[in-house]
Amino acid sequence: MERLSVIIAKRLALGILTLFVISLIIFSATEMLPGDIAQTVLGQSATPDTVAAFRRELGLDQSAPTRYLNWLTGVAHGDLGMSLANRRPVSELIASRVGNTIFLSAYAAAIAVPLSLILGILSALYRNTTFDRSVNVAALAAISFPEFFVAYILVFFLAQTGYFPSMANVDANTAFGEKLYKTFLPALTLTLVVTAHMMRMTRASIINLLALPYIEMARLKGMSPLRVIVYHAVPNALAPIITVIALNLGWLIAGVVVVEVVFVYPGLGQLMVDSVSKRDLPVAQAVALLFAAAYVLLNLLADVLGMITNPGLSHPK
Amino acid sequence: MLDMKLNRRGFMMTTASIAALPMLGAAPTNGFAASPKRGGLLRIGQLGGATSDTLDPATFAAGPVACAMYGGVYNSLVEIDADNNVVPELAESFEPSADAKTWVFKLRKGITFSDGKPFSAQDVIATFNYHKGDDSKSGGKELLSEIETIRADGTDTLLFQLKGGNADFPFVLADYHFSIMQAQEDGKVDWRSAIGTGGYILESFEPGIRIRLKRRDGYWKTDRAWFDEVELLTINDPVARQNALMSGEVDAIDRIDPKTAHMMQRAPNITLEEVVGLQHYTMPMFCDVKPFSDINVRLALKYAVDREEMVEKLLRGHGSVGNDHPIGAASRFYANGLPQRSYDPDKARFHLKKANAEGLSIELSAAEAAFTGAVDAAVLFQQSAAKAGIQVSVKREPDDGYWSNVWLTKPFCFSYWGGRVTEDWMFTQVYARGAKWNESHWNNDRFNSLLIEARSELDVAKRREMYTEMQVLCSEDGGSIIPMFANFLDARNDKVAHGKLASNLFFDGWKIVERWWPA
Repeated sequence: MERLSVIIAKRLALGILTLFVISLIIFSATEMLPGDIAQTVLGQSATPDTVAAFRRELGLDQSAPTRYLNWLTGVAHGDLGMSLANRRPVSELIASRVGNTIFLSAYAAAIAVPLSLILGILSALYRNTTFDRSVNVAALAAISFPEFFVAYILVFFLAQTGYFPSMANVDANTAFGEKLYKTFLPALTLTLVVTAHMMRMTRASIINLLALPYIEMARLKGMSPLRVIVYHAVPNALAPIITVIALNLGWLIAGVVVVEVVFVYPGLGQLMVDSVSKRDLPVAQAVALLFAAAYVLLNLLADVLGMITNPGLSHPK
Repeated sequence: MLDMKLNRRGFMMTTASIAALPMLGAAPTNGFAASPKRGGLLRIGQLGGATSDTLDPATFAAGPVACAMYGGVYNSLVEIDADNNVVPELAESFEPSADAKTWVFKLRKGITFSDGKPFSAQDVIATFNYHKGDDSKSGGKELLSEIETIRADGTDTLLFQLKGGNADFPFVLADYHFSIMQAQEDGKVDWRSAIGTGGYILESFEPGIRIRLKRRDGYWKTDRAWFDEVELLTINDPVARQNALMSGEVDAIDRIDPKTAHMMQRAPNITLEEVVGLQHYTMPMFCDVKPFSDINVRLALKYAVDREEMVEKLLRGHGSVGNDHPIGAASRFYANGLPQRSYDPDKARFHLKKANAEGLSIELSAAEAAFTGAVDAAVLFQQSAAKAGIQVSVKREPDDGYWSNVWLTKPFCFSYWGGRVTEDWMFTQVYARGAKWNESHWNNDRFNSLLIEARSELDVAKRREMYTEMQVLCSEDGGSIIPMFANFLDARNDKVAHGKLASNLFFDGWKIVERWWPA
């Protein structure tokens, strides 16, 4: 087996290449969209000479490759540039929101991951019983509804009755406990959306193993079914479960814009959507890179953890 | 709220009488407003904020930034009152020359910016030069193209020299782009400082999230700026906005979806604020492109629109039918007696036959960017036109880039206008020959000469006559179908109150911040 550190180094190098390719794709995709920032900001009130003045001010009269190279040079030196729309440093725009995004996804993950592991193990243990079926039906129902629908349902039952706020109106000064309270509904929405995937993967990979001879052996030794699953089945099932968890965490960071909009939560998703719709390239690029980096790192982490936790791999024959 | 005062005082009288009154405006005209008091926090939930927002007045558009800055932090030279009159704000009075070509504005004395520096004519000049200059990217640049020169006569008198006479010129200066900023030492303005003469100081600005304002001491208007603090939150999702109001997290929200407006009316502590404004939706046809170049084709299409159905299905009754001219019932010179054009497939067929265009087939470009419900409107039109033997194919355009790639480019599409307070402003911007936003490429000689004549005419009766004829011309010959006028729909809870609402823009003419008070 190759040394772990070598694998990690290789994967990180590949990750940087991935980020570079993504930045190229984002840039050319945004270039291909109709209109530029001058036209989108001025909208209906645009006239040819005000648009031209706007472009001159922002340096948009330069060619696309030149602008891309300028941007790339800046990023290589650690400078993400300025937002075209409001001339604020991109790093400042992102900094205020990245914390919110990470908080919300961590909050949702802290509920969803243990919940889906426990439910997955229990439904594997009581497979094909009424409990198993109802957990599955509930989880699948939750994932089948679009997020905004789940969100509105929660708002209807939990916010309009006054238990929780319908708006996750937080800022830098909000205390931690209050933050947990205010963001409970969005976190719950996300939990409902991601739980099914992780729960069913846990259940399937455990059940897969239960037919194997070594599990039969454990059972013949007279171990209780719960003990068999937790001590013998789960360690071997961890790799696929961890991969699915990593995928879902990636989604929690990059894909929650709908939930952000419904609960008016200032996260990165809204920043990404606004900057793409206004053709604010430096911001869109930076956020896309951040999302991509989150995916790359989480996948790497999942692979590494999969290898460490796999008893078969750590005891080579 | 729906009773509009249509007969308003004559323009010249206004100017004279306003100057004599001690800053009118807030005097409550109807019974719902108890006397205003100070204190408290106003929380506004609003559509239209984005992370890319800036404080630059050149880029102001409907949204929380303009509401906070134009309506709270800054003042303008003049403002539009609840009866659509132009009244002095930073100006004390204004007066035209006999040909309405030179306007003299006397400025109020003793006004200071929030940083303590005195306000003077230099600040006004610097502000207008910012929007007028060659390098300007301002959405208001076009409005100022009629100004030849602006110069100061001492510290508190300003002279605007126009290229041609314009009796309605002061109205233009109330436009939200022209919030008066502070002149720097080099005679330029710096919008980044966000220092104005208004009743509030910008405390914090997080683009696309929230804006916080704090009342300043020593504001020169004593009967405005009642709240101690104001918070403007961006809530772009219409359902989230309504939820926020109903669960008490904000006190007022704008632009209620007509489809759910009845649900707001059901809630006990919530008031739906419906104002008949000048906002209207248009379907411009290029008058210099076949088949629209034939007036009979244009008339056939005008008769093929079922206006009543659109008002009922798209606006749910929160609006009124249009008569193919852009002047609304709330306007000063609205022509009251014109016959209303209505859906008539037979007349449409008659005009088609006259144009030798039976079996006409046209393409209509639509996107929600034009206005919410534009695509539905296109489909309704397709159905009603089919009964008149006109085949309309609806082309769904992308929202992105709609205003640059579809509008003013495709020969038949959808558009909208928030409405302009004066007839001249509306006609000059959108219906005059050569206007940059002449969306129908309409060019009617009689209309164009009337427009110039009426602009410099100071006699109210004569103007009424001329504007009436222009509305007829627009309706009969014009290149735009104007199927409906949409009311402004806002809502508030019972913790806030207000006087008579202005109808030039939503949220009390975007002045909610300084005009409303705690109940």
